[in-house]
Amino acid sequence: MGRDKREVAAIFVGGAVGALLRVALIQTDAGAAPGWPWVTFSENVLGTFLLGYFATRLQERLPLSAYRRPLLGTGFCGAFTTFSTMQLELIKMLDVHRYGLAIAYAASSIFLGYGSVHLATLFVRRARTVT
Amino acid sequence: MSVGVWAGVGLLGGIGALLRFFLDGLIATRAGRDFPLGTFVINISGATILGLLVGLGFTGNRLLLAGTATLGSYTTFSTWMLESQRLVEDGELRIAGANMLVSLLVGAGAAALGRLIGTHL
Repeated sequence: MGRDKREVAAIFVGGAVGALLRVALIQTDAGAAPGWPWVTFSENVLGTFLLGYFATRLQERLPLSAYRRPLLGTGFCGAFTTFSTMQLELIKMLDVHRYGLAIAYAASSIFLGYGSVHLATLFVRRARTVT
Repeated sequence: MSVGVWAGVGLLGGIGALLRFFLDGLIATRAGRDFPLGTFVINISGATILGLLVGLGFTGNRLLLAGTATLGSYTTFSTWMLESQRLVEDGELRIAGANMLVSLLVGAGAAALGRLIGTHL
């Protein structure tokens, strides 16, 4: 495949750290309480803001780097945020007929996730015009 | 959690991220860049397998390692949102909207289907 070994190593390390942090935060959640999945929700919004920041900054501001984007973007942010757990949480809400909760959780995750990429992007681009 | 389980989370989390990277590269080179098909396939397959594991009765450390660590890293929320936002920036509103809505609906359906299959295996 001819992949740069540093790129592969960076994704592995970023992914490992992202997963460890995500799981560590999940451990702080006492919760069998069938309510708002605060941990996944916060991780997804925060990780998405960071990806928006890194992706914009690394692509548009800093010189091309062989390992920063794979380490921070593909590795860390990709692994720190998660789609599969969110879907499982959604179908568990549907199981107990909490349709309003499921719709609110899905809609606010997408709205805030999308909004956080938008804000992070604006933030990086504004900084560029100032400096 | 024991040290061994933590080590497993790190190792499998790294492997999940690498699987995502290689599969996305494989799909993107074939499908082009109009629709972010790589992330879509990754997220839907990951949601299906996580549902399957739950249906098969995985709990505790087995679910943590195979599900939360591996599939949690393999699937991604942030890239899904980044790609959607970049599509809007490029004026591809319909593709961006479809990417968000279809991924969500198919993802939930895939997790439910995976779980259903798991309970019947």
